[in-house]
Amino acid sequence: MSLDNTEVKRIAHLARLAIDEEDIPNYAHNLTNILDMVEQMGTVNTDNVTPMAHPLDTLQRLRDDEPSESNKRDHFQKISPAVENGLFLVPKVIE
Amino acid sequence: MQWETVIGLEIHTQLATKSKIFSGAPTAYGAEPNTQACAVDLGLPGVLPVLNKEVVRMAAKFGLAIGARVAPISIFARKNYFYPDLPKGYQISQYELPIVETGKLEIELEDGTTKIIGVTRAHLEEDAGKSLHEDFHGMTGIDLNRAGTPLLEIVSEPDMRSAKEAVAYMKKMHSLVTYLGISDGNMQEGSFRCDANVSVRPVGQAEFGTRTELKNINSFRFVEKAINFEVERQIDVLEGGGKITQETRLYDADKDETRSMRSKEEAMDYRYFPDPDLLPVEVSENLLNEVKASLPELPDAKRNRFVEEYKLSREDANQLTADRETADYFETTAKACADAKLAANWVNVSLAGALNKEGKDISESPVSADMLAGMLKRITDNTISGKIAKEVFEAMWNGEGDADAIIDKKGLKQITDTGAIEAVLDEIIAANPAQVEQLKGGKDKLMGFFVGQVMKQTGGKANPGQVNQLLKKKLGL
Repeated sequence: MSLDNTEVKRIAHLARLAIDEEDIPNYAHNLTNILDMVEQMGTVNTDNVTPMAHPLDTLQRLRDDEPSESNKRDHFQKISPAVENGLFLVPKVIE
Repeated sequence: MQWETVIGLEIHTQLATKSKIFSGAPTAYGAEPNTQACAVDLGLPGVLPVLNKEVVRMAAKFGLAIGARVAPISIFARKNYFYPDLPKGYQISQYELPIVETGKLEIELEDGTTKIIGVTRAHLEEDAGKSLHEDFHGMTGIDLNRAGTPLLEIVSEPDMRSAKEAVAYMKKMHSLVTYLGISDGNMQEGSFRCDANVSVRPVGQAEFGTRTELKNINSFRFVEKAINFEVERQIDVLEGGGKITQETRLYDADKDETRSMRSKEEAMDYRYFPDPDLLPVEVSENLLNEVKASLPELPDAKRNRFVEEYKLSREDANQLTADRETADYFETTAKACADAKLAANWVNVSLAGALNKEGKDISESPVSADMLAGMLKRITDNTISGKIAKEVFEAMWNGEGDADAIIDKKGLKQITDTGAIEAVLDEIIAANPAQVEQLKGGKDKLMGFFVGQVMKQTGGKANPGQVNQLLKKKLGL
């Protein structure tokens, strides 16, 4: 399996990554190598192996349903570029 | 051409927990913007999600209630997309191995027919924040209080064939989650909302037509209107030789129409993958048994019991069991007054009407179940007539006290003294000789006239049955 330049551009867009045009063939080459390796792993017989969703073979620990966080809005909003009336302001998302 | 409508619903119901699904921030509705959004909800670097135990219990409860398979192991996945009300750049959801799979729900239509709707799956996920698009100097305001609120997304099979069926399904699901106590079901506050997948196909065709998705419908009325509009639109397009584009459409309640949401240059690609921050979630046999033991009586079972135990009609029982508060109210009233049919009638008609008129919930009723029962007892022991009861009910509603106090204060006690009624009757007979002749001549309808006259003169305090008897006796009928 190989990735072409158009696919690399699409993936970069989905991930909101800005990439230089001249680097694209290089990314395509490296990503293709990764996919080749995945393909190679795919040839291993795993018929009797249960797929794992996580590398740690253990289960999720659960928390009691009790609020434990207090209001730290002022603290968090100190690092925000724009706030007003307690809201975070972001570039307009719909026209 | 004859068209068939095919509908599937995705219902998002907020779970009624005290804290969020992956953080310890509180979930109370209506707080000041961003005062209930902690570092985890804001997606700040270095934080980790920790799953809320109650969320797992609630999902298991739901699964058992719809006869579904509750997965012993389920996993969380990241659904990746960029939108400012989702600060992490992904929503934690479930994709492969959701917590609930393949259940079913029985709906009942207006004509009394029932139908089973399949539930494909229900999975846990986090809600996003809210975007406020009013103008903030050309910018959008973001409130992340809702971000991280637990959601159960319930996905149905494409089993519904009309907007009416979709509404019946949505109502039934609403009734179920509120019975279970896993959601407050408040639609105005967005605790219960739905997306509808709608398509049409020529009758007899096996394959589904191309569907559109109607987003974020938050009332029973709108789901029906939105689907009906969309079905008409699709049929118009197809009959005009056009094709349906698979897209997301938004229902505009003000204009009663659906319209395409921003056309995307490319199809959404969410790139789901298992969330490395969360381990597989176990629902143990023990937990499942514990949850099973805690299940309340569900709407269908309650309805059947009401029909059986109180000899109510299925229709009355359906109305009474649509929500748990009404069912409880009815049962308390019925037990206290010992006349279930009378209680059902008053709860379904007079009480429902009064609540509806003032837009009140039954939990806010100024007339409690005990007060209503107190009044109904005075009907069954003939202290007051059904007509006078309406007056008493209104007075109780307006806070004038309980039934006995009102009957006493206003002198509404029914006249049972035969002599007093006979005196009134004699006067009326004397004043209406022509009617008396006609009645004697066989015009039975005039009985009503005489009874009515007596009721009028006594201010409704005579017992109509007794008046009837006395009149017949007097005229030798």
